[in-house]
Amino acid sequence: MRRDVFQAIADPTRRAIIGLIALQAMTPNALAEHFDTSRQAVSKHLQILVECQLVKQEQQGREIYYQLEVAKMKEIDNWLEQFRKIWEDRFNQLDTIFSTIKQNKP
Amino acid sequence: MKNDLAFEFSVNKENKTITVKREFAAELPLVWDAYTKSEVLDQWWAPEPWKARTKTMDFREGGHWHYAMVGPEGEEHWAVANYKTIDPKKRFTALDGFADAEGVVNTEMPQSKWEVSFTPKEELTLVENLITFDDLAQLETTIQMGFKEGLTMAMEGLDALLAAQKQEA
Repeated sequence: MRRDVFQAIADPTRRAIIGLIALQAMTPNALAEHFDTSRQAVSKHLQILVECQLVKQEQQGREIYYQLEVAKMKEIDNWLEQFRKIWEDRFNQLDTIFSTIKQNKP
Repeated sequence: MKNDLAFEFSVNKENKTITVKREFAAELPLVWDAYTKSEVLDQWWAPEPWKARTKTMDFREGGHWHYAMVGPEGEEHWAVANYKTIDPKKRFTALDGFADAEGVVNTEMPQSKWEVSFTPKEELTLVENLITFDDLAQLETTIQMGFKEGLTMAMEGLDALLAAQKQEA
């Protein structure tokens, strides 16, 4: 199954997990305390996040810590930038129309 | 064309909204027409190299704008905006969605609510466009459509993270 960063943020629980580990690396247990859902459900979300390569695991002693791959988040930013550019281009075209109308006025 | 007209594009992750603000160097009646008359909309609504082509437009409350975005290869992406409220030369609201060539809205695809308001500022006009999305789960589809309005929501804290990363670099 192909997974990417947009699939990662499509789910509200995963967005909440991302928000939490953005601040500091956390263990699944610590994460699960923040949610009403079962630990298994949280683990499942973490697994998807790892498959999306948005989150990486790090073993420290007996615990596994999950931390965010910030660089991967840039893909979202890049996508939004493209959307922003659509509006820019659109408005520049409208500017041209306005200046044409003004020039044609006697 | 380079200019110093204000342009703001911001995403509110909590409210699932995009705000697009832009000043235009034209007086309000002209800008209002540019947003509400199909012959003008067709000239600027589609970003290059696409063209907007209106099939039918009826600008009144309960009316609609049915148009296609036509690509350089002649590909067509149809859309319909259904006008909800109109306060002439001040603001209008509409529900925008994907459609087919007959104007039937595709409810499988993301729809967005538009609130567009116009404010005169001496020789300029400020247009504020608040776009509200109710479905964020269809990002993939939206992205594949490329040139179509749609949106994701970036997650909480993304802006701060990216800013922090820039500082580190």
